[in-house]
Amino acid sequence: MSANATNKLVFKLLFAVVGMFGFGFALVPLYDVFCEIAGINGKTSSTAYQAVEVAVDTSRTVTVQFVASNNAEMDWQFGPNQNKVTVHPGEARNVSYFAKNPADHTITAQAIPSVSPGRAAAYLHKTECFCFNQQTLAAGESLDMPIRFFIDQDLPKDIHTITLSYTIFDVTEKTEKKVASVN
Amino acid sequence: MAHGPSKGFSRWLLTTNHKDIGTMYLWFSFAMFLLGGSFAMIIRAELFQPGLQLVAPEFFNQMTTMHGLVMVFGAIMPAFVGLANWMLPLMIGAPDMALPRMNNLSFWILPFAFAMLASTLFMEGGAPNFGWTFYAPLSTTYAPPSVTFFIFAVHIMGASSIMGSINIIATVMNLRAPGMTLMKMPLFAWTWLITAFLLVAVMPVLAGAVTMMLMDIHFGTSFFSAAGGGDPVLFQHVFWFFGHPEVYIIILPAFGVISEIIPTFSRKPLFGYASMVYATAAIAFLSFIVWAHHMFTVGIPVTGELYFMWATMLIAIPTAAKVFNWITTMFKGSITFETPMLFSIAFVFLFTIGGFTGLMLAIAPVDFQYHDSYFVVAHFHYTMVAGAIFSMSAAVYYWLPKWTGKMYDETMGKVHFWVSFIGFNLTFFPQHFVGLAGMPRRIPDYALQFADFNMMSSIGAFIYGGSQLLFLYNVVKTIKSGKPATDDKTWEGANGLEWTVPSPAPYHTFSTPPQVK
Repeated sequence: MSANATNKLVFKLLFAVVGMFGFGFALVPLYDVFCEIAGINGKTSSTAYQAVEVAVDTSRTVTVQFVASNNAEMDWQFGPNQNKVTVHPGEARNVSYFAKNPADHTITAQAIPSVSPGRAAAYLHKTECFCFNQQTLAAGESLDMPIRFFIDQDLPKDIHTITLSYTIFDVTEKTEKKVASVN
Repeated sequence: MAHGPSKGFSRWLLTTNHKDIGTMYLWFSFAMFLLGGSFAMIIRAELFQPGLQLVAPEFFNQMTTMHGLVMVFGAIMPAFVGLANWMLPLMIGAPDMALPRMNNLSFWILPFAFAMLASTLFMEGGAPNFGWTFYAPLSTTYAPPSVTFFIFAVHIMGASSIMGSINIIATVMNLRAPGMTLMKMPLFAWTWLITAFLLVAVMPVLAGAVTMMLMDIHFGTSFFSAAGGGDPVLFQHVFWFFGHPEVYIIILPAFGVISEIIPTFSRKPLFGYASMVYATAAIAFLSFIVWAHHMFTVGIPVTGELYFMWATMLIAIPTAAKVFNWITTMFKGSITFETPMLFSIAFVFLFTIGGFTGLMLAIAPVDFQYHDSYFVVAHFHYTMVAGAIFSMSAAVYYWLPKWTGKMYDETMGKVHFWVSFIGFNLTFFPQHFVGLAGMPRRIPDYALQFADFNMMSSIGAFIYGGSQLLFLYNVVKTIKSGKPATDDKTWEGANGLEWTVPSPAPYHTFSTPPQVK
């Protein structure tokens, strides 16, 4: 038993404590990476896909369904303008969602996409999407919001239907906070 | 030793003596046990009959939340840290804990943490009401304003636990008496050593989780908010990465206590000492890789469900090895049934029931039926109450003569045991049935078909709660007017260094380390 040995051990243990605190935070990106590798959770990219010239595979068709839901306390009328489309892999397609702000004040919204089945998420490429940015609508205003997407030709053969779902969140308060802190 | 405790309150405030600090930890945890227990009494009183009688649903939610938090962090964990403080130096022949000043700090921040947590009950918007597992966004977006106090209270509790466990590791690694190799340590020292490593590994993760909550609530981040690119399910992963090891943090020291008591009253050495050590280590390791079995219903892919199901079931193997060893220790022993032994045997029996229901819950497909039902409540109370609390009661009766130099009243001890045993089973056994029949947990009202079992449950809870006052009476009476303990050894079959010092244990022990052969 020596004080020196104790100090060394305590130092190591404190190091482990700090390390595990950091590990708790590291779980956040690790979680996303793991979900992406395993193809679960149905998250799509939050930035536009840089389009490369792709051939259209006319030998197969894929049905893409569109779903919309409102997060709690979100007043907007929000829904797809078409319930489903049928596309060939590689074929770019434009669709749109409708949004109207029936409230008496301006609301800023953020739409969060989710793809089902989860492993199809990596094969749904959006070159344009209203979900890349926040949308602000004044009281009573309405808007058609575009999406341009194509399905990757490498989409696994057993997937015939993909569901793209958007949940819309009211982020007015958060945006205002940010604006306030900038000013 | 001329050097003794100083007088008055400063003795307790400034003490660095492991026995003083252990005593304070034990009394503090008992106070928290009564506080958390009184919350449970309110819950059971409300559930005595269907319909809303006594409290508003919002307050009921605060009660379930506070009951869980106070019992886990305020009663069970400090109780075992107190026991470690008192017993580890005595068991391994050390003069004190390795870091006595930090020991003082780790205790004295606890009352502040729990004062802060309890004060939320009187705040506008009420106490935390989101369950002890505080899932986001219920604990972030929809939380009462008092959540910030809760977060800081958890930070302080975490700091206390981390300091306590660093102290325990340093003590066990560096202060063992000459000749006491690791594999000669009492099993209580082993289980606490492993528990302390678990605490060092996961308490910081909990601190991280609540810090993320704090940032989401006050600093505009979106760790757990889907609107900002975060994920509420992530919260559950981070929480249970802490939470599953946490349940072993609670139960492993209990395993250690039982492994000390059963050999004493069986008058046989512990069967399979080495396998006990390895089983404890195996359980600790497995606890890190099974967390998502708490989350079977969140929508993890089937391969994930299968992995977590099988990994969870693996835990049954080392746990069963321990139960086997305890039973084999008793086999053909000259058993006597003093109070500590009664609690220990009840522990083995009831904890095994809790373990089996755990196996049922581990089966992913049927967990969809059991999830968040009273079956889960019954399961974890069989492991937490009959596990941790029963072993704590056993430990107090077992070592009380060493602590106080006085013998408790055996008859009163047995009365406490039987009332506890009957009360406990009457409370929680029927909850298996209502749970399987579909009664959800954390609700203030329920469908009529659950009425009879709930009434039984409530009556049992009042009996069990009352029996703890009997416990308090027994301990106080022992201290005030117990018969002096007959000899240093107290129990005929007792082994271990703690029984070589006089009763009551002097303020300073093992100033010269004993030689262990």
